Amino acid sequence: MIENTIGGLKPAVSILISLVILMGALGAALVIGETPIPLYTIWNVLKIEAGYPAPEVNPIDHGILWSYRLPRAIIAMACGVSLALSGVVLQALLRNPLSDPYILGLSAGASTGAVAVAILGFGAGMLSLSGGAFIGALLAFGFVAWLARLSKGNSPGATSSLALLLAGVAGAQLFHALTALIIAKSADANQARGIMFWMMGNLSGSRWPDVYLAVPIAMIGAVIIYLHSRALDAMTFGREAAQSMGIRTSWVMTILIGTAALLTAVMVSLTGAIGFVGLVVPHAMRFLVGVRHVLLIPATALAGGVFLIIADIIARTLIPGQSLPIGVVTALVGAPAFAIILVRSSRARTS
Amino acid sequence: MHVQVKNISLSIQQKPILKDVSLEIESGQSLALVGPNGSGKSTLLRVIAGLLKPDCGQVIVDDNEVGNLSPRKLAQRLGFVSQDASTTDAIAVYDAVKLGRTPWLSLMSPFGSKDKKIVENAMCEMAISGYASQQFNTLSGGERQRVHIARVLAQTPQIFLLDEPTNHLDIHHQIAIIDWVARQSTTVALALHDLNHAFVCDRVAVLNKGQLVAYGEPKAVLVSDVIDPVFHVATHQTTTTHFDHPILTFAKSYRDQ
Repeated sequence: MIENTIGGLKPAVSILISLVILMGALGAALVIGETPIPLYTIWNVLKIEAGYPAPEVNPIDHGILWSYRLPRAIIAMACGVSLALSGVVLQALLRNPLSDPYILGLSAGASTGAVAVAILGFGAGMLSLSGGAFIGALLAFGFVAWLARLSKGNSPGATSSLALLLAGVAGAQLFHALTALIIAKSADANQARGIMFWMMGNLSGSRWPDVYLAVPIAMIGAVIIYLHSRALDAMTFGREAAQSMGIRTSWVMTILIGTAALLTAVMVSLTGAIGFVGLVVPHAMRFLVGVRHVLLIPATALAGGVFLIIADIIARTLIPGQSLPIGVVTALVGAPAFAIILVRSSRARTS
Repeated sequence: MHVQVKNISLSIQQKPILKDVSLEIESGQSLALVGPNGSGKSTLLRVIAGLLKPDCGQVIVDDNEVGNLSPRKLAQRLGFVSQDASTTDAIAVYDAVKLGRTPWLSLMSPFGSKDKKIVENAMCEMAISGYASQQFNTLSGGERQRVHIARVLAQTPQIFLLDEPTNHLDIHHQIAIIDWVARQSTTVALALHDLNHAFVCDRVAVLNKGQLVAYGEPKAVLVSDVIDPVFHVATHQTTTTHFDHPILTFAKSYRDQ
């Protein structure tokens, strides 16, 4: 178990299996829906779009597949990768197993930022929407970190789990309230309805231009985080231990928290706040591949992508004729997982 | 490696913690830092390790000022073990010790067979090879401390800085660690609470309220004239044939009342 094997498998084999799982999930997202589309039609549409000769396809099927299901599945994947990686980063840097962008209020802050841009103006293009969300996420994190630190007082050691969680609750509530205030003051009824639907986490508006923003951001974020895997490992015994092992901890924390905030912000601006992905996926992966980030980061990225693709399939199909917000599905899985992790971590502390 | 601590002063939140402390550790020597709680022992170790920046003064390691070395270069020279560093992660003992190689690895030089050998030797020296795949969190306090020391051994520094390494340990594990310190040919500085342990070191520095009040060989420094006013106790020396140093015992002091 010490050497580089994952559950007894060689890395190359694990990567191959993971890619097959990812492709399977993507395939399922394209096939399954109110109008089931057979695999050969999907293959033909892909060929046509890539400019190769292929048999003719029903234009409605073509439209559903190319304009709706494919971008939606890709967004789900990018979003899952980003949120799960943000969770890994926050858990390692804050040394708190319950950290997650949703629980620590980053998502709420990002929502406030995005809504402020959308309603109060500033030319609500996609980039400025994400920019607003990014600033909102950073402000929320700053507020939560400050509050947690304040409650800690001068006692040494890491901020307690409880203090951080309570600060997260307070931060999320504050930013939700700010969002509600902006909507109540400035939005018309139509805008308000749209925003409320979006805020619960929704992928139904996903189109190709969103893909061009989400995929590069998710990839850049994943590379930055992966390059810091050794620094994240060094944080295992705390910031001071990491520093004594030659890590520039302030620099690493700034870069990585900035990256987590950016990933969360861009995804929230596209899909709304989807909770618990950053909590559930990294913990499940720790069981599977262990705590070393060199394995944990790729495993989490992949599993995060697959998790949201599948969650979205469930959200689209659970109630026939109605699409649930994806946040509902992730919360149904995530809330019990949160409870389990809470109990386990408090047991670990007292033992 | 030779360490020079020159006129170090440091305040934290306007409270002076170290006041104009100067001392030297010769290459290969061991130094025990003793003093009451809050006297600045841990802070001084952190300043030497480059983890805290002093308000004034310098720490010079061989010819380099600690403040001018990059964190990585510093970590290649100085290894620091804090008191009771814990984790909530389910990390295996081998992986925890492996972390010690961090300052020597980069994208271009990944963990190789040489690093593996160093990690295995460190675990062997601390007698924890049998726990390699066990989880760190399932170990006892003494075993955890040995894992931390093995981690710093794997860092292959030229100076070891240990902050109260015998804290919370039973006598057996305390002696094991003190014995390890005594056997070291590398430069070591450690903070200690048990004054009798300090006799194994080459030098002892006594700190009180952030000031260095005595510095020298243990037999010269660990005497009632120095210790009594600092710790507010009455110190008695006993000599026995079992040790080549006196044994100190302490009683309540009535002098201050």
